Amino acid sequence: MLTLKCPYCDVQAEETELHAGGEAHLTRHGPDSSDDSFESYLFTRENPKGVHFERWRHSHGCGKWFHAARCTMTMEVFGTYPAQTTKPPQAILDAITAKRPGWTWRELS
Amino acid sequence: MSEPISALRRARYEGFVTVEEAGLQGMVQIRGDFDSEIFTRAVSSAAGVAMPAQREALWEGRQGLLWMSPDEVMLLCPYPEADRALARLTNDLAGTHHLALNVSDARTMFTLEGAGLREVLAKLAPVDMAPDVFRPGMLRRTRLAQVAAAFWLRSDTRAEVICFRSVAPYMMELLSTAAATGSEVGLHGD
Repeated sequence: MLTLKCPYCDVQAEETELHAGGEAHLTRHGPDSSDDSFESYLFTRENPKGVHFERWRHSHGCGKWFHAARCTMTMEVFGTYPAQTTKPPQAILDAITAKRPGWTWRELS
Repeated sequence: MSEPISALRRARYEGFVTVEEAGLQGMVQIRGDFDSEIFTRAVSSAAGVAMPAQREALWEGRQGLLWMSPDEVMLLCPYPEADRALARLTNDLAGTHHLALNVSDARTMFTLEGAGLREVLAKLAPVDMAPDVFRPGMLRRTRLAQVAAAFWLRSDTRAEVICFRSVAPYMMELLSTAAATGSEVGLHGD
């Protein structure tokens, strides 16, 4: 069972209290964008075996969206952080590097 | 005007824990910026208690404030006073960004009484109910089986649960089943 710490409530919330919201840190490409960037915004997703960044919602708790960095293979959680950011905080990146040296995810590493 | 009636008219079940629908309860949902002093002062003066800290439930008699999220609190008061509390808040917060709504008729409150209440909640919610982890005065918003709920402990032998009024019969059955005599698990040494 996956448990994530909600950064707003500070509770260790269990998966059934949460709702998965797909990949994190997507940049929206709207009506004025090119077909290619719109298509990749809509459809192109990472599907890694290893480090992954996701959005989650504490749906049965405070109702807030937050981000989580975890390993899709071992279910290890590297950390969670609030949603008001466009990229993971350095502390999260450092925590991942400490455990998975040489990791990459999109343009992050 | 029609007479207000609570969801289950104080239905009661006595198992190893006594479950009771608490009857009409005033609840005002308030959202706003907790960093704004105007907001916190208005909220705590309307409630008559201080602003609760994270996951805290504060009360003074029948008045109280529940921490629901980093920008939401629930004001508790006697049912007939909810509209007055709301009017006062709306007046005090005129010009300040906020949202306040009387949700008394949209929510239902239950009380659990008995030494085994931690066990009843532990059966239904993914929450650590150990006495040294979940203490009186703490609040948790979570799910009880399949529905959203919030509960807090007034003492080690009294808990209060709120949920949507539309799921009140489900909640009553749920709590009663979990509190049925003979179904004690003895998790917390009760």
